[in-house]
Amino acid sequence: MTMTEQEIVAGIGEIVEEICGIPASQVTPEKKFLEDLEIDSLGMVEIAVAAQDNLGVAIPDEQLRNLETVQAVVDFVRNAGVSA
Amino acid sequence: MQMRLAEGTAGARIIAFGGYQPARVVTNDELAQAAGTSDEWIRHRIGVVSRRIAGPDETVADMAAAAGGKALAASGLSAADIDLVIVSTSTPETMMPCTAATVATRLGMSGPGAFDLNAGCSGFCYGLAAASDAVRAGTSRHVLVVGAEKPSQWIDWTDRSTCVIFGDGAGAAVVGPVTEVGTAPGIGPVVWGSDGSMADKIAIKDRRSFFSQDGQAVFHWATTVLHPIAKKACEAAGIDPGELAAFVPHQANLRIIESIAKKIDAPQARVATEIVYSGNTSSASIPLALVAMIGRGEISSGAAVLLLAFGAGICYAAQVITAP
Ligand SMILES: CC(C)(COP(=O)(O)OP(=O)(O)OC[C@H]1O[C@@H](n2cnc3c(N)ncnc32)[C@H](O)[C@@H]1OP(=O)(O)O)[C@@H](O)C(=O)NCCC(=O)NCCS
Repeated sequence: MTMTEQEIVAGIGEIVEEICGIPASQVTPEKKFLEDLEIDSLGMVEIAVAAQDNLGVAIPDEQLRNLETVQAVVDFVRNAGVSA
Repeated sequence: MQMRLAEGTAGARIIAFGGYQPARVVTNDELAQAAGTSDEWIRHRIGVVSRRIAGPDETVADMAAAAGGKALAASGLSAADIDLVIVSTSTPETMMPCTAATVATRLGMSGPGAFDLNAGCSGFCYGLAAASDAVRAGTSRHVLVVGAEKPSQWIDWTDRSTCVIFGDGAGAAVVGPVTEVGTAPGIGPVVWGSDGSMADKIAIKDRRSFFSQDGQAVFHWATTVLHPIAKKACEAAGIDPGELAAFVPHQANLRIIESIAKKIDAPQARVATEIVYSGNTSSASIPLALVAMIGRGEISSGAAVLLLAFGAGICYAAQVITAP
Protein backbone atom coordinates (compact mmCIF):
# COMPACT_ATOMS: atom_id res chain seq x y z
CA MET A 1 0.00 0.00 0.00
CA THR A 2 1.48 3.35 -0.94
CA MET A 3 0.10 6.56 0.53
CA THR A 4 -0.07 9.86 -1.27
CA GLU A 5 1.67 12.90 0.17
CA GLN A 6 -1.71 14.31 1.29
CA GLU A 7 -2.64 11.07 3.01
CA ILE A 8 0.63 11.08 4.95
CA VAL A 9 0.17 14.74 5.98
CA ALA A 10 -3.37 13.91 7.13
CA GLY A 11 -2.10 10.83 8.99
CA ILE A 12 0.53 12.88 10.83
CA GLY A 13 -2.06 15.56 11.59
CA GLU A 14 -4.29 12.96 13.23
CA ILE A 15 -1.40 11.67 15.30
CA VAL A 16 -0.38 15.15 16.47
CA GLU A 17 -3.98 15.97 17.36
CA GLU A 18 -4.37 12.78 19.36
CA ILE A 19 -1.07 13.05 21.23
CA CYS A 20 -0.61 16.78 21.68
CA GLY A 21 -4.16 18.10 21.34
CA ILE A 22 -3.18 20.41 18.49
CA PRO A 23 -5.89 20.52 15.77
CA ALA A 24 -4.86 18.45 12.74
CA SER A 25 -5.66 21.41 10.47
CA GLN A 26 -2.68 23.27 11.95
CA VAL A 27 -0.28 20.47 11.08
CA THR A 28 0.82 21.68 7.65
CA PRO A 29 4.06 20.66 5.86
CA GLU A 30 6.08 23.82 6.53
CA LYS A 31 5.46 23.78 10.30
CA LYS A 32 8.41 23.20 12.64
CA PHE A 33 7.55 20.82 15.47
CA LEU A 34 9.49 22.61 18.18
CA GLU A 35 9.17 26.27 17.20
CA ASP A 36 5.70 26.33 15.62
CA LEU A 37 3.84 23.48 17.31
CA GLU A 38 5.77 23.55 20.62
CA ILE A 39 6.33 19.80 20.64
CA ASP A 40 9.40 18.76 22.65
CA SER A 41 11.70 15.76 22.10
CA LEU A 42 9.57 13.52 24.28
CA GLY A 43 6.46 14.43 22.26
CA MET A 44 8.38 13.53 19.11
CA VAL A 45 9.07 10.05 20.48
CA GLU A 46 5.34 9.56 21.05
CA ILE A 47 4.65 10.76 17.52
CA ALA A 48 7.23 8.28 16.15
CA VAL A 49 5.57 5.42 18.05
CA ALA A 50 2.15 6.39 16.70
CA ALA A 51 3.60 6.68 13.18
CA GLN A 52 4.82 3.12 13.50
CA ASP A 53 1.39 1.94 14.70
CA ASN A 54 -0.73 3.92 12.23
CA LEU A 55 1.49 4.34 9.17
CA GLY A 56 3.66 1.25 9.53
CA VAL A 57 6.95 3.13 9.40
CA ALA A 58 9.55 2.85 12.17
CA ILE A 59 11.52 6.03 12.80
CA PRO A 60 14.69 5.36 14.84
CA ASP A 61 15.47 7.85 17.65
CA GLU A 62 18.72 8.97 15.92
CA GLN A 63 16.78 9.91 12.78
CA LEU A 64 13.95 11.51 14.72
CA ARG A 65 16.22 14.25 16.03
CA ASN A 66 16.87 15.43 12.44
CA LEU A 67 13.21 15.61 11.43
CA GLU A 68 12.43 19.22 12.34
CA THR A 69 9.45 19.93 10.11
CA VAL A 70 6.22 18.14 9.24
CA GLN A 71 7.53 17.90 5.65
CA ALA A 72 10.67 16.10 6.86
CA VAL A 73 8.54 13.43 8.56
CA VAL A 74 6.34 13.15 5.47
CA ASP A 75 9.43 12.60 3.31
CA PHE A 76 10.82 10.03 5.73
CA VAL A 77 7.55 8.08 5.72
CA ARG A 78 7.29 8.25 1.92
CA ASN A 79 10.88 7.12 1.35
CA ALA A 80 10.49 4.30 3.85
CA GLY A 81 7.36 3.21 1.99
CA VAL A 82 9.29 3.10 -1.30
CA SER A 83 12.25 1.14 0.00
CA ALA A 84 10.10 -1.30 2.00
CA MET B 1 22.58 -44.44 39.99
CA GLN B 2 19.00 -43.34 39.74
CA MET B 3 18.50 -39.80 41.15
CA ARG B 4 15.26 -39.30 43.06
CA LEU B 5 13.33 -36.10 42.28
CA ALA B 6 10.97 -34.06 44.42
CA GLU B 7 7.33 -34.89 43.92
CA GLY B 8 5.66 -32.02 42.11
CA THR B 9 2.15 -30.66 41.95
CA ALA B 10 0.07 -29.83 38.91
CA GLY B 11 -0.23 -26.10 39.44
CA ALA B 12 0.53 -23.11 41.65
CA ARG B 13 -1.69 -20.22 42.64
CA ILE B 14 -1.53 -16.96 44.54
CA ILE B 15 -3.18 -17.35 47.93
CA ALA B 16 -2.99 -13.72 49.08
CA PHE B 17 -1.39 -10.34 48.47
CA GLY B 18 -0.12 -7.69 50.87
CA GLY B 19 1.27 -4.21 50.41
CA TYR B 20 3.07 -1.49 52.33
CA GLN B 21 3.69 2.15 51.47
CA PRO B 22 5.53 4.70 53.61
CA ALA B 23 3.36 7.29 55.35
CA ARG B 24 4.98 10.39 53.89
CA VAL B 25 3.21 11.79 50.81
CA VAL B 26 5.34 13.99 48.54
CA THR B 27 3.43 16.13 46.05
CA ASN B 28 4.71 17.44 42.73
CA ASP B 29 4.73 20.96 44.10
CA GLU B 30 7.19 19.91 46.80
CA LEU B 31 9.63 18.77 44.10
CA ALA B 32 8.97 21.40 41.49
CA GLN B 33 11.07 24.21 42.85
CA ALA B 34 14.30 22.35 43.64
CA ALA B 35 14.15 20.40 40.38
CA GLY B 36 12.94 23.15 38.05
CA THR B 37 9.73 21.53 36.89
CA SER B 38 6.00 21.91 37.44
CA ASP B 39 3.02 19.98 38.76
CA GLU B 40 1.34 20.34 35.39
CA TRP B 41 4.28 18.89 33.42
CA ILE B 42 4.64 15.92 35.72
CA ARG B 43 0.90 15.11 35.69
CA HIS B 44 0.67 15.46 31.94
CA ARG B 45 3.85 13.70 30.82
CA ILE B 46 4.33 11.07 33.51
CA GLY B 47 0.93 10.86 35.18
CA VAL B 48 2.14 11.19 38.77
CA VAL B 49 0.29 13.46 41.21
CA SER B 50 2.09 12.34 44.37
CA ARG B 51 4.32 9.56 45.61
CA ARG B 52 5.20 7.96 48.95
CA ILE B 53 8.74 8.38 50.21
CA ALA B 54 10.29 6.32 52.99
CA GLY B 55 11.91 7.93 56.02
CA PRO B 56 15.71 8.00 56.28
CA ASP B 57 15.71 5.07 58.69
CA GLU B 58 13.08 3.02 56.91
CA THR B 59 14.86 0.28 54.96
CA VAL B 60 13.98 -1.99 52.04
CA ALA B 61 13.92 -4.88 54.55
CA ASP B 62 11.49 -2.95 56.79
CA MET B 63 9.10 -2.37 53.92
CA ALA B 64 9.50 -5.94 52.60
CA ALA B 65 8.73 -7.36 56.05
CA ALA B 66 5.68 -5.11 56.42
CA ALA B 67 4.23 -6.15 53.04
CA GLY B 68 5.20 -9.79 53.53
CA GLY B 69 3.60 -9.83 56.96
CA LYS B 70 0.32 -8.57 55.55
CA ALA B 71 0.32 -11.13 52.73
CA LEU B 72 1.08 -13.89 55.21
CA ALA B 73 -1.74 -12.78 57.54
CA ALA B 74 -4.19 -12.62 54.64
CA SER B 75 -3.18 -16.09 53.45
CA GLY B 76 -4.30 -17.72 56.69
CA LEU B 77 -1.04 -19.67 56.83
CA SER B 78 1.40 -19.54 59.69
CA ALA B 79 4.99 -18.30 59.36
CA ALA B 80 6.27 -21.84 59.71
CA ASP B 81 4.39 -22.89 56.57
CA ILE B 82 6.60 -20.73 54.34
CA ASP B 83 9.60 -22.68 53.06
CA LEU B 84 11.01 -20.17 50.57
CA VAL B 85 11.28 -16.37 50.56
CA ILE B 86 12.18 -14.46 47.41
CA VAL B 87 12.75 -10.70 47.64
CA SER B 88 13.05 -8.77 44.42
CA THR B 89 14.90 -5.50 44.83
CA SER B 90 17.31 -3.37 42.83
CA THR B 91 17.66 -0.72 45.53
CA PRO B 92 18.81 -2.58 48.69
CA GLU B 93 20.85 -0.88 51.41
CA THR B 94 23.34 -3.74 51.29
CA MET B 95 24.42 -6.12 48.56
CA MET B 96 25.37 -8.49 51.37
CA PRO B 97 23.55 -9.96 53.22
CA CYS B 98 20.48 -10.55 51.08
CA THR B 99 17.24 -8.96 52.24
CA ALA B 100 15.17 -12.16 52.03
CA ALA B 101 16.80 -13.98 54.98
CA THR B 102 16.29 -10.94 57.25
CA VAL B 103 12.65 -10.69 56.19
CA ALA B 104 12.10 -14.39 56.92
CA THR B 105 13.55 -14.11 60.41
CA ARG B 106 11.61 -10.93 61.20
CA LEU B 107 8.39 -12.64 60.20
CA GLY B 108 9.15 -15.53 62.56
CA MET B 109 9.69 -18.16 59.89
CA SER B 110 11.67 -21.28 60.68
CA GLY B 111 14.69 -20.99 58.40
CA PRO B 112 13.16 -21.12 54.92
CA GLY B 113 15.25 -20.93 51.75
CA ALA B 114 15.84 -17.24 51.05
CA PHE B 115 17.34 -15.22 48.25
CA ASP B 116 17.13 -11.82 46.57
CA LEU B 117 16.74 -11.37 42.86
CA ASN B 118 17.46 -8.36 40.71
CA ALA B 119 15.63 -8.04 37.41
CA GLY B 120 15.07 -4.30 37.79
CA CYS B 121 11.43 -3.25 37.76
CA SER B 122 10.49 -6.71 36.39
CA GLY B 123 11.63 -8.50 39.53
CA PHE B 124 8.22 -9.30 41.01
CA CYS B 125 7.09 -11.18 37.89
CA TYR B 126 10.40 -13.06 37.80
CA GLY B 127 9.95 -13.96 41.46
CA LEU B 128 6.39 -15.09 40.87
CA ALA B 129 7.53 -17.34 38.03
CA ALA B 130 10.33 -18.81 40.15
CA ALA B 131 7.90 -19.37 43.04
CA SER B 132 5.34 -21.02 40.80
CA ASP B 133 7.96 -23.31 39.31
CA ALA B 134 9.36 -24.23 42.75
CA VAL B 135 5.87 -25.18 43.95
CA ARG B 136 5.11 -27.12 40.80
CA ALA B 137 8.44 -28.94 40.95
CA GLY B 138 7.81 -29.79 44.58
CA THR B 139 10.95 -28.16 46.00
CA SER B 140 8.79 -25.72 47.99
CA ARG B 141 5.19 -25.80 49.13
CA HIS B 142 4.51 -22.20 50.16
CA VAL B 143 6.60 -19.30 48.88
CA LEU B 144 6.58 -15.64 49.92
CA VAL B 145 7.46 -13.38 46.98
CA VAL B 146 8.14 -9.71 47.73
CA GLY B 147 8.98 -6.74 45.52
CA ALA B 148 10.53 -4.07 47.76
CA GLU B 149 12.18 -0.86 46.65
CA LYS B 150 13.54 2.39 47.98
CA PRO B 151 14.52 4.25 44.79
CA SER B 152 14.53 7.51 46.78
CA GLN B 153 17.96 6.68 48.19
CA TRP B 154 19.50 6.41 44.70
CA ILE B 155 18.07 9.58 43.21
CA ASP B 156 19.47 13.02 42.56
CA TRP B 157 16.63 15.19 43.87
CA THR B 158 17.72 18.08 41.66
CA ASP B 159 17.50 16.02 38.42
CA ARG B 160 14.04 16.76 37.09
CA SER B 161 14.03 13.97 34.52
CA THR B 162 14.36 11.28 37.19
CA CYS B 163 13.31 12.54 40.63
CA VAL B 164 9.70 13.19 39.62
CA ILE B 165 9.09 9.57 38.60
CA PHE B 166 9.77 7.32 41.55
CA GLY B 167 8.18 6.29 44.84
CA ASP B 168 9.07 3.81 47.58
CA GLY B 169 7.11 0.77 48.74
CA ALA B 170 6.73 -2.99 48.83
CA GLY B 171 4.20 -5.55 47.64
CA ALA B 172 4.05 -9.27 48.37
CA ALA B 173 2.28 -12.48 47.43
CA VAL B 174 2.02 -15.89 49.05
CA VAL B 175 2.20 -18.66 46.45
CA GLY B 176 1.10 -22.23 47.11
CA PRO B 177 -0.09 -25.37 45.36
CA VAL B 178 -3.49 -25.84 43.77
CA THR B 179 -4.94 -28.37 46.15
CA GLU B 180 -8.45 -29.06 44.94
CA VAL B 181 -8.59 -31.68 42.22
CA GLY B 182 -9.74 -30.32 38.90
CA THR B 183 -8.97 -26.68 39.78
CA ALA B 184 -7.00 -24.78 37.16
CA PRO B 185 -3.58 -23.37 38.06
CA GLY B 186 -3.64 -19.73 39.15
CA ILE B 187 -0.31 -18.66 37.66
CA GLY B 188 0.13 -19.03 33.90
CA PRO B 189 3.38 -19.67 32.05
CA VAL B 190 5.76 -16.71 32.19
CA VAL B 191 6.93 -15.15 28.94
CA TRP B 192 10.20 -13.43 29.72
CA GLY B 193 13.28 -12.04 28.05
CA SER B 194 16.04 -9.47 28.11
CA ASP B 195 18.19 -7.21 25.95
CA GLY B 196 21.61 -6.53 27.39
CA SER B 197 22.50 -4.28 24.48
CA MET B 198 20.28 -1.70 26.24
CA ALA B 199 21.95 -2.20 29.64
CA ASP B 200 23.05 1.43 29.89
CA LYS B 201 19.54 2.80 29.19
CA ILE B 202 18.43 2.37 32.83
CA ALA B 203 21.21 2.15 35.39
CA ILE B 204 22.87 3.01 38.66
CA LYS B 205 26.35 2.93 37.16
CA ASP B 206 28.47 2.45 40.27
CA ARG B 207 28.23 2.75 44.04
CA ARG B 208 28.76 6.51 43.95
CA SER B 209 26.28 7.23 41.15
CA PHE B 210 22.66 8.24 41.14
CA PHE B 211 20.00 6.53 39.08
CA SER B 212 20.16 7.57 35.42
CA GLN B 213 18.27 6.66 32.28
CA ASP B 214 17.78 7.46 28.64
CA GLY B 215 14.09 8.09 29.18
CA GLN B 216 13.17 8.60 25.56
CA ALA B 217 14.84 5.40 24.40
CA VAL B 218 13.05 3.52 27.18
CA PHE B 219 9.74 5.15 26.26
CA HIS B 220 10.17 4.23 22.58
CA TRP B 221 11.21 0.67 23.40
CA ALA B 222 8.39 0.10 25.91
CA THR B 223 5.64 1.36 23.63
CA THR B 224 6.74 -0.67 20.59
CA VAL B 225 8.18 -3.96 21.88
CA LEU B 226 6.05 -4.97 24.85
CA HIS B 227 2.48 -5.45 23.64
CA PRO B 228 3.36 -8.60 21.64
CA ILE B 229 5.00 -10.01 24.79
CA ALA B 230 1.79 -9.36 26.74
CA LYS B 231 -0.28 -11.07 24.06
CA LYS B 232 2.09 -14.02 24.03
CA ALA B 233 1.55 -14.48 27.77
CA CYS B 234 -2.22 -14.65 27.17
CA GLU B 235 -1.68 -17.18 24.41
CA ALA B 236 0.62 -19.27 26.60
CA ALA B 237 -2.08 -19.36 29.30
CA GLY B 238 -4.84 -20.13 26.80
CA ILE B 239 -6.70 -16.94 27.72
CA ASP B 240 -8.18 -14.62 25.12
CA PRO B 241 -7.32 -10.96 25.91
CA GLY B 242 -11.09 -10.33 25.75
CA GLU B 243 -11.51 -12.49 28.86
CA LEU B 244 -9.11 -10.43 30.98
CA ALA B 245 -10.70 -8.64 33.93
CA ALA B 246 -7.65 -6.48 34.49
CA PHE B 247 -4.33 -5.48 32.96
CA VAL B 248 -1.65 -4.61 35.50
CA PRO B 249 1.50 -3.37 33.78
CA HIS B 250 4.55 -2.02 35.59
CA GLN B 251 3.69 1.52 36.66
CA ALA B 252 6.51 3.33 34.84
CA ASN B 253 4.72 6.20 33.14
CA LEU B 254 0.98 6.66 32.57
CA ARG B 255 1.48 7.37 28.88
CA ILE B 256 3.40 4.12 28.44
CA ILE B 257 0.64 2.27 30.31
CA GLU B 258 -2.10 3.76 28.13
CA SER B 259 -0.19 3.16 24.91
CA ILE B 260 0.36 -0.54 25.67
CA ALA B 261 -3.18 -1.01 27.00
CA LYS B 262 -4.59 0.27 23.72
CA LYS B 263 -2.62 -2.31 21.76
CA ILE B 264 -3.49 -5.50 23.65
CA ASP B 265 -7.19 -5.64 22.64
CA ALA B 266 -8.59 -6.30 26.08
CA PRO B 267 -11.76 -4.15 26.14
CA GLN B 268 -13.10 -5.59 29.40
CA ALA B 269 -9.84 -5.19 31.27
CA ARG B 270 -9.54 -2.53 33.94
CA VAL B 271 -6.11 -0.98 33.57
CA ALA B 272 -3.98 -0.31 36.65
CA THR B 273 -3.09 3.37 37.14
CA GLU B 274 -1.66 3.31 40.65
CA ILE B 275 1.28 5.39 39.41
CA VAL B 276 -0.90 8.47 39.93
CA TYR B 277 -0.64 8.41 43.72
CA SER B 278 2.30 6.03 44.19
CA GLY B 279 4.82 6.98 41.52
CA ASN B 280 6.96 4.31 39.89
CA THR B 281 7.78 1.93 42.75
CA SER B 282 9.94 -0.30 40.53
CA SER B 283 9.43 -4.00 41.27
CA ALA B 284 6.84 -3.18 43.95
CA SER B 285 4.50 -1.50 41.48
CA ILE B 286 2.63 -4.57 40.22
CA PRO B 287 1.82 -6.20 43.59
CA LEU B 288 0.95 -2.78 45.08
CA ALA B 289 -1.47 -2.13 42.21
CA LEU B 290 -3.04 -5.56 42.68
CA VAL B 291 -3.51 -4.96 46.42
CA ALA B 292 -5.21 -1.62 45.75
CA MET B 293 -7.45 -2.87 42.94
CA ILE B 294 -8.55 -5.98 44.86
CA GLY B 295 -9.12 -3.78 47.93
CA ARG B 296 -11.44 -1.49 45.96
CA GLY B 297 -13.33 -4.48 44.57
CA GLU B 298 -12.17 -3.83 41.01
CA ILE B 299 -10.79 -7.34 40.63
CA SER B 300 -12.89 -10.20 41.95
CA SER B 301 -11.66 -13.56 43.14
CA GLY B 302 -10.94 -15.95 40.27
CA ALA B 303 -10.71 -13.20 37.65
CA ALA B 304 -7.97 -13.42 35.01
CA VAL B 305 -5.38 -10.66 35.29
CA LEU B 306 -2.51 -9.98 32.90
CA LEU B 307 0.76 -8.80 34.46
CA LEU B 308 3.47 -7.13 32.37
CA ALA B 309 6.76 -5.99 33.87
CA PHE B 310 9.76 -4.26 32.29
CA GLY B 311 12.74 -2.19 33.27
CA ALA B 312 16.46 -2.18 33.95
CA GLY B 313 18.49 -4.93 32.36
CA ILE B 314 16.69 -4.51 30.10
CA CYS B 315 14.51 -7.33 31.42
CA TYR B 316 10.83 -8.00 30.89
CA ALA B 317 8.24 -10.62 31.87
CA ALA B 318 4.52 -11.23 31.49
CA GLN B 319 2.11 -13.80 32.87
CA VAL B 320 -1.60 -14.28 33.43
CA ILE B 321 -2.73 -14.95 36.99
CA THR B 322 -6.09 -15.58 38.58
CA ALA B 323 -6.85 -13.30 41.50
CA PRO B 324 -7.03 -14.93 44.94
C1 LIG C 1 11.55 10.29 32.07
C2 LIG C 1 10.86 11.15 31.06
C3 LIG C 1 9.69 11.84 31.69
C4 LIG C 1 11.83 12.22 30.59
O1 LIG C 1 13.12 11.74 30.75
P1 LIG C 1 14.23 11.87 29.59
O2 LIG C 1 13.58 11.65 28.31
O3 LIG C 1 15.38 11.04 29.98
O4 LIG C 1 14.61 13.37 29.84
P2 LIG C 1 15.29 14.39 28.90
O5 LIG C 1 16.18 15.13 29.79
O6 LIG C 1 15.82 13.79 27.67
O7 LIG C 1 14.03 15.30 28.60
C5 LIG C 1 13.14 15.15 27.54
C6 LIG C 1 12.35 16.42 27.39
O8 LIG C 1 11.48 16.58 28.52
C7 LIG C 1 11.83 17.72 29.29
N1 LIG C 1 11.71 17.35 30.70
C8 LIG C 1 12.19 16.22 31.28
N2 LIG C 1 11.83 16.19 32.57
C9 LIG C 1 11.12 17.31 32.79
C10 LIG C 1 10.45 17.82 33.93
N3 LIG C 1 10.42 17.17 35.11
N4 LIG C 1 9.80 18.99 33.81
C11 LIG C 1 9.78 19.66 32.64
N5 LIG C 1 10.37 19.22 31.53
C12 LIG C 1 11.04 18.05 31.60
C13 LIG C 1 13.22 18.07 28.87
O9 LIG C 1 13.48 19.43 29.00
C14 LIG C 1 13.23 17.64 27.41
O10 LIG C 1 12.62 18.59 26.60
P3 LIG C 1 13.32 19.15 25.25
O11 LIG C 1 12.95 18.22 24.16
O12 LIG C 1 12.67 20.45 25.06
O13 LIG C 1 14.77 19.19 25.54
C15 LIG C 1 10.33 10.30 29.90
O14 LIG C 1 11.32 10.08 28.93
C16 LIG C 1 9.83 8.96 30.34
O15 LIG C 1 8.90 8.87 31.12
N6 LIG C 1 10.40 7.86 29.83
C17 LIG C 1 10.09 6.54 30.27
C18 LIG C 1 11.05 6.18 31.34
C19 LIG C 1 10.59 5.10 32.24
O16 LIG C 1 9.45 4.75 32.26
N7 LIG C 1 11.53 4.58 33.01
C20 LIG C 1 11.30 3.60 33.98
C21 LIG C 1 11.42 2.27 33.37
S1 LIG C 1 11.29 1.05 34.58
